[in-house]
Amino acid sequence: MSLKSDYGQPKDNYHAKIIAKSACIFAVCVILTLICLVPIYILIVNSTHDHMHLSANPSNFWFGSSLGNNFKTLMNNLPDDASKSLKRVATQYHNAFNVGQGYFNSLIIAGCTTLLTVFFSAMTAYGLTVYEFKLNSAAYTFIIAVMMIPVQVSSAGFVRFMYSLHLINNFIPLIVPAIAAPAVIFFMVSYMKSSFPLDIVEASRIDGCGEFRTFLTIAIPMMKPAIAVQAIFAFVANWNNYYTQNMILKNEKLATVPIMVSKVLAFDKNIDNGVNFLCVTLSILPIVIVYFILSKFIIAGVALGGVKE
Amino acid sequence: MASAAQRRIKAISYAKYGYMFIAPFFLVYCFFQVWPLIYTFILSFKGNQAANADWVGFDNYSTILFGRGSAAGAAATHEEFARALGNTFILWFGNFIPQILLSLLLAVWFTDAKVKLPGKGFFKIVMYMPNIITAASVAALYVNLFGDSKYYFINATLMKLGMAEPIQFIADPTNAKIMVMFIQTWLWFGNTMIMLMSGIMGINPSLFEAADIDGANSGQQFFKITLPLLQPIMVYTLVTSMIGGLQMFDIPYLFHNGAQFSKHLETVAVYIYYNFNKGTVEQASYGYAGAASIIIFAITAVLGSITFYMNRDKDAIAKKKQRKKAEKQYKAKMKQGGLTL
Repeated sequence: MSLKSDYGQPKDNYHAKIIAKSACIFAVCVILTLICLVPIYILIVNSTHDHMHLSANPSNFWFGSSLGNNFKTLMNNLPDDASKSLKRVATQYHNAFNVGQGYFNSLIIAGCTTLLTVFFSAMTAYGLTVYEFKLNSAAYTFIIAVMMIPVQVSSAGFVRFMYSLHLINNFIPLIVPAIAAPAVIFFMVSYMKSSFPLDIVEASRIDGCGEFRTFLTIAIPMMKPAIAVQAIFAFVANWNNYYTQNMILKNEKLATVPIMVSKVLAFDKNIDNGVNFLCVTLSILPIVIVYFILSKFIIAGVALGGVKE
Repeated sequence: MASAAQRRIKAISYAKYGYMFIAPFFLVYCFFQVWPLIYTFILSFKGNQAANADWVGFDNYSTILFGRGSAAGAAATHEEFARALGNTFILWFGNFIPQILLSLLLAVWFTDAKVKLPGKGFFKIVMYMPNIITAASVAALYVNLFGDSKYYFINATLMKLGMAEPIQFIADPTNAKIMVMFIQTWLWFGNTMIMLMSGIMGINPSLFEAADIDGANSGQQFFKITLPLLQPIMVYTLVTSMIGGLQMFDIPYLFHNGAQFSKHLETVAVYIYYNFNKGTVEQASYGYAGAASIIIFAITAVLGSITFYMNRDKDAIAKKKQRKKAEKQYKAKMKQGGLTL
């Protein structure tokens, strides 16, 4: 066998092949991008049509003019001459999907959990990396071991326990457990091990700085990149958490955005499709906007999570 | 030379601060996680509904696993749990296979230095986007687009294009399962792709260059270099996805018509949730929920220890062994030296 037959013609059509391959890949990527974006586009388009139009013609690809009216129905802010059935629809939607209240509740829960998660995880990670003590490696092994336990496993006992403590319909069982986030601690420990010089702690001790002050004024500013990444993920995870919130919050006034969406989904009469679409749009939009602003950090954070394993 | 202050600091024990720093985590974890887990374990040995205070031993386990419990309707309960376990497995398998294939393909393409792809960053951002959206909203979005009658977007569009009858995307068990698999893949392929990409980028590029020079085509490079070196991260993805699959809740629970979740989409997580969340304590079946939770916990523990075993730091262990060996040799030498002296 000659060398030529083994390796082919030197550079035969090399460039053409690369370009063809790139074009194919580009086409596939465009199709996947469309699959990701089109449902959301259709959702937004349909939330600008009214119920009458949507029942006659549900397949719309361009915006309508009823966004304002749908919004008025959702806010239960109808003109006095509105029909009785429309008023019934508006009351039903307004009770289930009170936008302002939902955003407020979700913001409180997601904001508090994020603060607690990053602060206490940084603190635990600091304690595990800076100090040497007997149970150090045992504690770290424990944190790694419990990292993967699913919430579902303990939720039956959790809810029963919260009933006995009278903490149902309270934000405490949703916020306080955020202090213990094993996966975040794991991430922060590996970050500190790679980029936090322990000499700094010793230097601050020599200068007479207390241990907690060293943590607050030196360690936390140095860990900012790790804290930022984990804060974004914690916020998103808690904003989206339907499972835990739905089992603790039974009161309508305390409902968060995911709970409201599930309520709208469960309607079986007096449905207004336009308002339905508007509700889903309102539940998706804030997080999508925040995502596109912070996307670079988020993608980098996901990649980092992959590398460490 | 260490200064006097440095020496004094070295002499102080800082161990107590270590305990103080990690104390909040352990207190909160024990109160909100460990105790509820133990409590779930206890509940799994207690009765259901009105009999929730009675000790029933392994009755709940034998009911849901084999349908042989003493309670009325034990066979039906077992059937429901078995169906839920089956659904969980089918739904997980049906979303994992397409997801990993698609993610692997995209990750290889995106990391291929020879392919000139404009807008790579944009593609990555858009493909990760579904993962960030509230799962409850995603379910609502798909229910509102794929509704069963001709009054919903997809069916209306398909009928415009000439289809005669609307497709039952939600009420039909097979179609609904395929829809949930599709939605789960839609949600997770971007995340898996980015994880695999960072794994591929961790591979030494000179390996690919050498393969190129030796005339390996991209298929050979993929199967002989990328895939073997990607094995640890693939195992990690597989196990985390399996554990995630056991927790699959939001989409199967919310992808339904009307007020009640679809029985043909009931997963183990839905089963647990439905049983302990049926109204008041007297109406809920904490026993069955607890037993199902403990079964899931056992499965997770097995899967988790597999990853733990696979991911342990092999270099560190090898180094430790080497160091011990060297120490032994050194000691033996010293002994010999001592004797000759």
